[in-house]
Amino acid sequence: MTNAEDDLRERVQKLLAGHDPQGDRMEFLRAQFDAGLAWVHFPAGLGGLDAPRTLQSVVDADLAAAGAPTNDPRRIGIGLGMAAPTIRTHGTEEQQHRWLRPLWTGDEVWCQLFSEPGAGSDLAALGTRAVPDGDHWIVNGQKVWTSQAHEARWAIVVTRTDPDVPKHKGMTYFVLDMKADGVEVRPLRQITGEAEFNEVFLTDVRIPDSQRLGAVGDGWAVAQTTLMNERVAIGGGAAPRESGVIAEVAKTWRTRPELRTPAAHDELMRLWVEAEATRLTGLRLRQQLAAGAPGPEGSAAKLAFARLNQEITSFELDLLGADGLRYDDWSSDTWRTERPTSVDFLGRSPGYRYLRAKGNSIEGGTSEILRNIIAERVLGLPGEIRVDKTVPWKDLPK
Amino acid sequence: MTDLLYSQDEELLRASVRDLLTARAPASAVLARTETDELYDPALWHALAADLGAAGLAVPEWAGGHGASWRETAIVAEELGRSLAATAFLGSTVLATAAGRSAGADDLVERLASGEVTAALAIPLSTVPGSGFPDTVRHSHETLTGTVRNVADARTADVLIVPALADDGPALYVVGAGAISRTAVVSLDLTRPLTDVTLESARADLIASGAEAVAAFDTALITGAAMLAAEQLGLAERCLEITVEHLLTRYQFGRQIGSYQALKHRMADLWAGVTQARAVARYAAGCVADADPDAAVAASLAQAYCSLVAVKAAEECVQLHGGIGFTWEHPAHLYLKRAKADAIAFGTASQHRARLAELVDLPAA
Repeated sequence: MTNAEDDLRERVQKLLAGHDPQGDRMEFLRAQFDAGLAWVHFPAGLGGLDAPRTLQSVVDADLAAAGAPTNDPRRIGIGLGMAAPTIRTHGTEEQQHRWLRPLWTGDEVWCQLFSEPGAGSDLAALGTRAVPDGDHWIVNGQKVWTSQAHEARWAIVVTRTDPDVPKHKGMTYFVLDMKADGVEVRPLRQITGEAEFNEVFLTDVRIPDSQRLGAVGDGWAVAQTTLMNERVAIGGGAAPRESGVIAEVAKTWRTRPELRTPAAHDELMRLWVEAEATRLTGLRLRQQLAAGAPGPEGSAAKLAFARLNQEITSFELDLLGADGLRYDDWSSDTWRTERPTSVDFLGRSPGYRYLRAKGNSIEGGTSEILRNIIAERVLGLPGEIRVDKTVPWKDLPK
Repeated sequence: MTDLLYSQDEELLRASVRDLLTARAPASAVLARTETDELYDPALWHALAADLGAAGLAVPEWAGGHGASWRETAIVAEELGRSLAATAFLGSTVLATAAGRSAGADDLVERLASGEVTAALAIPLSTVPGSGFPDTVRHSHETLTGTVRNVADARTADVLIVPALADDGPALYVVGAGAISRTAVVSLDLTRPLTDVTLESARADLIASGAEAVAAFDTALITGAAMLAAEQLGLAERCLEITVEHLLTRYQFGRQIGSYQALKHRMADLWAGVTQARAVARYAAGCVADADPDAAVAASLAQAYCSLVAVKAAEECVQLHGGIGFTWEHPAHLYLKRAKADAIAFGTASQHRARLAELVDLPAA
């Protein structure tokens, strides 16, 4: 055990002595942040202690053992995984102090306003306009695929501030107050019948210039920080064998012998092998991260995971036969009122899994774009021919 | 949890083996040797097995080896999969050594670990782990009689380890090469040719019997399957490299053919497969090295996965090279032949899926 580790564990004990872990949840989380035990690799005063990132697990283990509350990281994943690193890298001192504490405790939920109807894989084509007006900006446009916009207090948003230069150059990155006038959030109903996402319409929304992240025109560089962290966040987890959707199929196979056929058996085992290979690849990726040498394997894991989830859930419906013809809930009233905050593959029917898995090869970068990235950045193959590199954004065909 | 990464020592070992194979067995030389009577290069084997110590990696120092493990042995297998140089590595350093160690044949294992002697395990290369003990050779009156088809690395072996049925059940024997007759098989895989072995009242020394013989047979097959997965990984990785190189240097319609998205995406998919194969093969090597209770699952998983990736990589290599990939002079065919033979060696992917089903309790219909 190292000195740094001893020091951290002492601080955890001090926190626990001063604040009842079974008491008020928010009060405890705020105290944890102020003690520098939120994300120990952040600076003092911003929830950290400038300690090595790997020591966070020591803190988390001791807190969990004491029954302390968590900040429910799944619910605030966009804030933790994408907004926080971006604010930390590009925000002013004042911005970091304003936003990071309530972001980490979950007092304030964040969402991400990047994609637009006309800018998906080609994010840099986005057209939401921000026009300066004194010490404010006036923003007009439409964003889409926004998880949690309906409960978010803040958004990170990329806008077009100069349409007269090529697309990568004329963007600016802001933090947007989701309660501001002119922000309209509409649920976006999806293939499964529910609405995880939203469309967000921005009409003459005023953003103070003090909420700009990075320089005017530097929005693309700032957005890269956000997106790099998204890719890290999507990497595989340390799950045991037969986790996720393969577990459901294996359970069905073991408990319903009447469904078994020889052809289905070989297909089941093919999928089992693929699932185990994908799981081990995720484990290896984690070992690389722990050793401080992350490789590009995360892209392989996401590509494989998306295809595999689709194949397994499709097989599950085939295996179930008649039962595969039924769905659990399409009802037109619940989708408006019951909004999922995270994806629950296992809590719903097989039909839901089959349909939801279709999103896996689209969300967080399509599999096609991912293949381009692997081919170009990992294998060194030539880039796609770009006809839009030197053309002013306003002259691009839309 | 098994360490799935490569250690610094392993990377150093890899560099030494690769330097040796690049210098002494370039693709042109490997191909040229397939059409001579000297497929195997004794000097190369000595440099690899004795000088670099590859033959003794998985043998403890007290038993005359170098006290590393099957993990390091897998690194050599990866490099041999990249190179395709014909050696006795699989038959002698993997199968015979694993069987000999399990059977407690210390004298033989010591000689194999030095690289001065090579052995083969007298089983068909297509034998699946978990299959029954072979019964094609019988023991009676202190001698062995029977035939074993498609044995790997028996052509130049000094001794054979022979599984045979004795009056009181399964047993393992050591037989000198002088006591057997060997018929060369015209083999699909040019760089690992097979041999049919015939024993007629051959004098044999018992090294294990009963449960010990069965355990040695099983251990050898599981170890073989895990090390073959490493070879398949190396082969797939090399095929991917050669193909990417070709896509960068070949121009058609005024462009590098690697700039076409149809081909880029095929390479990206292959890279993803190789990346997953690495995790699976490392897991199998780690489990075998640690005698992990999951070793049987890990080895079958590795064969069920890496067989398909290696064949896919070799097939893509042939196809994306176009006409040149169909010629004798380009090494793509050697990789394809090895990949396809490896996919059958120690059982096909579907045989391993069936075995996994039993091991993880997902019963057949």
